Amino acid sequence: MVRPPDTRQPDDTGCTILHADMDAFYACVATRDRPDLAGLPVVVGGGQRGVVLSASYEARSFGVGSGMSMTRARRLCPQAVVVRPEFEQLSAVSAAVMETFRSATSVVEPLSMDEAFLDVAGSLRRFGSPVAVARYLRERIADEQRIPCSVGVAPTAQLAKLASRRAKPDGLVVVPRHTVTAFLHPLAVDELWGVGEKTAEQLHRLGLRTVGDLAHTPVATLRRALGESLGSRLHAMAWGYDDRPVTPRRGPDEPEHSIGSDETFGHDVDDPEVVCRELLGLSTKVAARMRAAGVAGRTVTVKVRFADFTTITRSRTLREATNLTPEVYATAVDLFTRLGLQRARLRLVGVRVEGLVDAATAPRQLMLGARDHGWEDAERAVDKAVERFGGSTVRPATLISTGRP
Amino acid sequence: MKFRVDRDVLADAVAWTARSIPARPGTIPQLAGILMVAGPDGLELSGFDYETSAHAQLPVEVADEGKALISGRLLADICRALPDRPVDVSMDGAKVSLTCGSSRFSMQTMPVEDYPALPELPPVVGSVDGDAFAAAVAQAVTAAGRDDMLPVLTGVKLEIEGATISLLATDRFRLSLRELDWRPEQNEFSANALVPAKVLGDTARSLTGGSALQVALAADGGGSDGLIGFSWTAGGSDRRTTTRLIDGSFPNVRQLFPATSETTAVVEVAALVEAVRRVSLVAGRNTPIRLTFSDAQVSLEAGNGEEAQASESLDAALDGEPITIGFNPTYLLDGLGAITGSHVHVAMTLPARPAAFAGMPGEDAEPDLQFRYLLMPLRMQG
Repeated sequence: MVRPPDTRQPDDTGCTILHADMDAFYACVATRDRPDLAGLPVVVGGGQRGVVLSASYEARSFGVGSGMSMTRARRLCPQAVVVRPEFEQLSAVSAAVMETFRSATSVVEPLSMDEAFLDVAGSLRRFGSPVAVARYLRERIADEQRIPCSVGVAPTAQLAKLASRRAKPDGLVVVPRHTVTAFLHPLAVDELWGVGEKTAEQLHRLGLRTVGDLAHTPVATLRRALGESLGSRLHAMAWGYDDRPVTPRRGPDEPEHSIGSDETFGHDVDDPEVVCRELLGLSTKVAARMRAAGVAGRTVTVKVRFADFTTITRSRTLREATNLTPEVYATAVDLFTRLGLQRARLRLVGVRVEGLVDAATAPRQLMLGARDHGWEDAERAVDKAVERFGGSTVRPATLISTGRP
Repeated sequence: MKFRVDRDVLADAVAWTARSIPARPGTIPQLAGILMVAGPDGLELSGFDYETSAHAQLPVEVADEGKALISGRLLADICRALPDRPVDVSMDGAKVSLTCGSSRFSMQTMPVEDYPALPELPPVVGSVDGDAFAAAVAQAVTAAGRDDMLPVLTGVKLEIEGATISLLATDRFRLSLRELDWRPEQNEFSANALVPAKVLGDTARSLTGGSALQVALAADGGGSDGLIGFSWTAGGSDRRTTTRLIDGSFPNVRQLFPATSETTAVVEVAALVEAVRRVSLVAGRNTPIRLTFSDAQVSLEAGNGEEAQASESLDAALDGEPITIGFNPTYLLDGLGAITGSHVHVAMTLPARPAAFAGMPGEDAEPDLQFRYLLMPLRMQG
């Protein structure tokens, strides 16, 4: 079929960076097989409490947003249908989406489960133009996964991300090279990547509200106010310069070459024993995922979020890479213990292992007096049982009968 | 306070005492000081960090008795730089003045009353030849752990049984065992002590001139009050040091030495050390050097096909089955550096089992089992 040329096609020359972002990912996946929920406000979240992970656009029109407490969401939109997230399904969809991205270019940098940067400079011969790649991706994902995906097409990563935000819901926005400043300058400063609440406040105090204001402030002034590095970076960004590369990464599960898992408690916890049990559960999960991916890592990081949402992390680099639960767990518990929290109320804990390498070639210094058949064999057996019988067939005894589903 | 002292004697004693001063005294600033006490028995210098104490007694003509607490770091720096002339020290108001030749220093003092009392030297339980002790400790500390997460393994275990002291250290990857003769006060004496390896190593290094070392021990208190002390004469002063024993039980590691072996090899130490150094240049961090023992040779090999590779062969006297075994090159060199004698005796069983190293005074001699080094292999996973 010969299509008439799209006369509204913007000039995408040199716009080789794509930012693809699933719209209301959790909500869309949760409802795609539930025609009964079509058009209703849907909120995805878990537990007696917890936070809103995602909200359908119908729910968003009531002011519900992700990250908000479930209680608040219910108050804003009492008629909302609350759906529990199904992480297995979500990661399957996410993996399929990332696979689709990779079918268009090998340079895919997943940022989370539902968004990624793509550098399509090498795919232009095959697709013709960046916009053609974007259309292909949107169509295939809508077709195969039945979820909407918005894409921003721009010369830089920062602009592509801003563009995809403009594209939502279910759209495509191109920022042609010659319109970069026209696109950027009316935006509010806090839309720029790297401008959080604190920086935005500082900028507002200087009377800088739009990106244009920022662009027309002498860079020396910005450096003085914000520090050398941030000052120069924001000034460059305000003019559309951004040398952030798109770094291809292993997989959607490990955007930073790491594997990790968090758990928000059903209610705030101050009992170190409960926290350690959770750390064991998370370590078990993380180590199993590392073994399944055939990787091992040297740096173990523990994340702790307090009841007031302040979050701290602590890491330690081990002498050699591991993917064994007892080693990850022992390090995690020690990091946690050394925080000396004295029964502070915690909302969430997380365990992450970074610095991943191929487990098959990672050397292992054997230990004196260790049993011939040690943890490695035990864990291999656990992996096999789980592969065959699923889920939590075999798990540490401490984790049995915690009343979790 | 007023006295005159020989420059070298003072500098040596100050440098030694300053070693037990904490780098960061934290909330107790006076611990950064060296306490100087001039009395009828001469000059006493003390340093303390609540773990380890150092005390030196110098034969000095004291004109005026007195005491002062001054910055140990500064005093050590000054003494090291002094010209070779007698040193005159005296109180000058709240300051200490130090004159040597035509150089003159004036140092601020800290309140003496706030300085903690040093622990008493426990009862002397025996003595040992200083040089022999220094050599034994240097070998034993090779395998001691440096990971503060496992405090028990940062110690050297002294097992005293009659006229023998066994020194044991391990970081879980290798193990050193040194046996040493000594002269206990009582023939049937038996005791155990877990001594911080760093302190023991420092003490051993500062033993010079073959003087006898008195060993003082209060180990059997049962609690965390265990204390070991050493006293000896060095650099023209009487010295004694005490350190708190590490609390905790050292693993029972002696039985880890395999009773039998499948393969034994005898290789010239110097040639092997050279070869390991060369070949391990291509071994990345924590990657093994592989040793293949077969056909009256040992071939060394490191690296992989993707990056750099190196190999080298040496003559070896073999007995038993051929074997290929990988080691962390640093651990291997540590062991080879610690053994004495012209040749090394390596006893192996399997590629995933520890290898035992011992020195040999000559190619055809019996292995010298006074010092043994047991090393676990480094293997590729999967």
